[in-house]
Amino acid sequence: MAEPYLSASAMRGGYGKADILNGCTLTVDQGQIAVIVGPNGAGKSTAMKAVFGMLNLREGAVKLGGEDITRLTPQERVHKGMGFVPQTHNIFPTMTVEENLEMGAFIRTDDYRETIEQVYHLFPAVADKRKQNAGELSGGQRQQVAVGRALMTKPRLLMLDEPTAGVSPIVMDELFDRIIEVARTGISILMVEQNARQALEIADIGYVLVQGANRYTDSGKALMADPEVRRTFLGG
Amino acid sequence: MSNTRQADAHGRWRAPIVFLLIAALFMLEGTTRNALFSGSWNSALAILNMGLISAVMALGVNMQWGYAGLFNTGVVGFLALGALGPVLVSTAPVQGAWSAGGLRVLLALAVGLGTLALATQVWKRVKAPLSFILIPLVLLVGCVLYRFLFDPAVMAIEANNSASAGNIGGLGLPVLLSWPVGALFAAAAAWGVGKVALGLRSDYLAIATLGIGEIIVAVLRNEEWLARGVKNMSGIPRPVPYELDLQNNAGFVAKAAAWGMDPATASAIWVKLLYAGLFGTVLLGLILLAELALKSPWGRMMRAIRDNETAAAAMGKNIKGRHLQIFVIGSAVIGLAGAMMVTLDGLLSPGGFNPLRYTFLVWVMVIVGGSGNNWGSVLGAVLIWFLWIKAEVWGPELMNLVTMPLPEGALRQHLLDSAPHMRFVAMGLTLLLVLRFAPRGLVPEK
Amino acid sequence: MDFLNALVAILNFVVIPAAAYGAQLALGALGVTLIYGILRFSNFAHGDTMAFGTGLVILVTWGLQALGISLGPLPVALLALPIGIALCSAFVLGTDRVVYRFYRKKKSDSIIMVMASVGVMFVMNGLTRLLIGVDEIRFDDGARFLISVQDFKAWTGLTEGLALRLSQALTLVVTALCCWALFRFLNKSRSGKAMRAYADNEDLALLSGIDPERIVRLTWIIATALAVTAGTLYGLDKSFKAFNYFQILLPIFAAAIVGGLGSPIGAVAGGFIVAFSEVAVTYPWKKIATYLGFQPEGLLQLLSTEYKFAVSFVILIVVLLFRPTGLFRGKAY
Repeated sequence: MAEPYLSASAMRGGYGKADILNGCTLTVDQGQIAVIVGPNGAGKSTAMKAVFGMLNLREGAVKLGGEDITRLTPQERVHKGMGFVPQTHNIFPTMTVEENLEMGAFIRTDDYRETIEQVYHLFPAVADKRKQNAGELSGGQRQQVAVGRALMTKPRLLMLDEPTAGVSPIVMDELFDRIIEVARTGISILMVEQNARQALEIADIGYVLVQGANRYTDSGKALMADPEVRRTFLGG
Repeated sequence: MSNTRQADAHGRWRAPIVFLLIAALFMLEGTTRNALFSGSWNSALAILNMGLISAVMALGVNMQWGYAGLFNTGVVGFLALGALGPVLVSTAPVQGAWSAGGLRVLLALAVGLGTLALATQVWKRVKAPLSFILIPLVLLVGCVLYRFLFDPAVMAIEANNSASAGNIGGLGLPVLLSWPVGALFAAAAAWGVGKVALGLRSDYLAIATLGIGEIIVAVLRNEEWLARGVKNMSGIPRPVPYELDLQNNAGFVAKAAAWGMDPATASAIWVKLLYAGLFGTVLLGLILLAELALKSPWGRMMRAIRDNETAAAAMGKNIKGRHLQIFVIGSAVIGLAGAMMVTLDGLLSPGGFNPLRYTFLVWVMVIVGGSGNNWGSVLGAVLIWFLWIKAEVWGPELMNLVTMPLPEGALRQHLLDSAPHMRFVAMGLTLLLVLRFAPRGLVPEK
Repeated sequence: MDFLNALVAILNFVVIPAAAYGAQLALGALGVTLIYGILRFSNFAHGDTMAFGTGLVILVTWGLQALGISLGPLPVALLALPIGIALCSAFVLGTDRVVYRFYRKKKSDSIIMVMASVGVMFVMNGLTRLLIGVDEIRFDDGARFLISVQDFKAWTGLTEGLALRLSQALTLVVTALCCWALFRFLNKSRSGKAMRAYADNEDLALLSGIDPERIVRLTWIIATALAVTAGTLYGLDKSFKAFNYFQILLPIFAAAIVGGLGSPIGAVAGGFIVAFSEVAVTYPWKKIATYLGFQPEGLLQLLSTEYKFAVSFVILIVVLLFRPTGLFRGKAY
């Protein structure tokens, strides 16, 4: 079996003295959608931040496309092909949609106009508002701008921290559809989700974390079918 | 400030060491005569007296900053208001001033304040569209009425014996009585500013107090009816005897001779010692009160609010209210210092109220001394005041030394001439260095 | 005819001086607001930066004059300005390196940064005194008037004269150019957009690969350039006196807060609002009322000029009471 595109293995670490991650392993293949679910305080977002290098690991390694990137800063990881969409404060509110996308492409030295068009193609709703300030958009559209901003560096792996937090169910479905579309272009997706059921429905692979460690790992469908997982984590 | 919490093991020796250092500096100033020190007890005591007053100012600023984290940049204004106390309470009454327009001025001021109060009430009680018409109307009518009453009254007062008076005059009461009045003036102004600017971003209080400071000083400079403006107000009575009286007192002259001193020097020193005793008593009393307050439940709550406003608010503490309280109290202490200062000088000279000297230098004192620690602020104040005064002498001496190799000429002369200004640079550097490398100051908070 | 005279008097005594003063305040407030937006503290050293920078400009001006250089009708200070800006920027970048950067890295409370700026203010104040002293200095050369009272009266036949001093016209032109360049920079250039992005959302800007230290340096340089320009124009228009530059801090802060701290367009608007209010409130309107057929008893002066700072203060208080984010919704509060 070929090595997965992202492989974060046996991660241990936390912000202070106490570890939040206790041997957490995450892998994502090319074009796959991986979803991390779990109860509150399970370390879901922390695991993702560890993958992105926003937290120092005591143990474990992160490999991207076969290259060890454990010691790199988040900025360097962006250069290596990672894109990250934070949960909150993920746009520049007083800048226009177009400027948000341009800032996403800040590290690029080549012509990025084509990428902007691709993002607009993916999110037609925000394309219509390209000259508007991002802070004036609706919650769902802001999330689209945020995802679009992260896509501007043409990442091979896109990480989303609870992209549907605080948006209505209709907007959530719409957003998930877009994420599937992004994955179809060959970009791997790693996503933390509070809305576990809906997220697992679109997941190629699902990770159930408990206390910073993997509890269940399987395809999204299989996890949904597992009575144990349903009962404990998906509310029956 | 959160890193000013616990004192290290050597902490308790710091205050005595700083105290000894200061004592040594004053001894040198009093006894040694060389390029650096004057060797005159008269000069040493003069520095000490103003140092003690600075310590009272620093105590007030430390209450606001050290207890509550409030950045007051209008110290000079509150000081000036306090200085108004002795002028209005204890100078001799001016013949005919009150009958010329005293009551009318009071009435005008009442109308002015009443207008503001009425406008506030309209704002609170009348709904939006109507209030937009009503408030400007109230303000306009109030302003016209105020000027109608105020202007002629002021003209009348200022016309009254304008060469030597022209002001409203005092009440001729004992000068010590005027000190709390000065404190009260400052407290009232602080209440007004605090009401508006507290509860917003911390920078806003700094900017608003900078403004009120400028305005109060402008009022003192220009309202001649109040305290003669830039013509200066002299003849503020003293709580201690005059040197001339002492020199004419046979008993005193005899005692001075027994000490081997000539009457002039002895009287100057004796007066300064009396002042030092008076100021020292006030200072010790304030420190005692401040320490008691700090150790009381109230003081604990204050520090809790300072260290974590969010948590304190969550526990139901009224942060804005507490801040207003401490801001008013601190300003009152600054006002008291202002009253003491003009009493020492016997003169109110609004031209000299410079914010660098009276606001920001006091800040240097507090930061250097140790914010949050009353003893620290006091020691910092006396030390910095001593250095500030002596730096005016030391700067040129140093410059002379440094420019020795330079040929005599325009450049050297320019450097020598501007050397006294070096103390501003020195104070700024001191503040920056302490803030960076010893943010808890010389005597850290316990 | 009297109506025209009244109009000319308003132009001459209110509009022109207030516009020039407003432009100077606007440039100062732009610097304060940029520093607030990017570095997130109110810079108390800004007035003394203006004074220090202007002091440097004056020294360079004297040097150029000694070399016999002249710009004809324009003041030589204009030529000295870029040099003054460069020198002052170098100094300010130095203060950032040795003072502010430490607190930035530590993510200190903004009030500690304000305190540090007070220390810098002291140092710069002292250096200005060392450099050029505390006396009043006039350093304008070249032509004094663009339109003089006599010429104007001769042209129009009105009894009321109108004067437009070169320094006033220069102030307006230079300010317009500066604003145009600044807004173009902020809205069009990559670095300008990066600055706005950093002001908007620091963490996301870092994620996007924007170098914060570069943004901070850029901010200091721009703010200093604006401050020195404002100071030089103010000095040409009135005169140079170090203490006045400290006092102008209050109207500058008021202008920045009225517009909304962190909002550049707000700073410009705020500068003019403060200046026009100040001049309108302290100008004796008697002359104009007389032209319009009234016979007022008093001077019709709401406030004597000594209290002009009270105007800034009242505007400040009103804004703080009713709209702490300012007219253009800055990010304060």
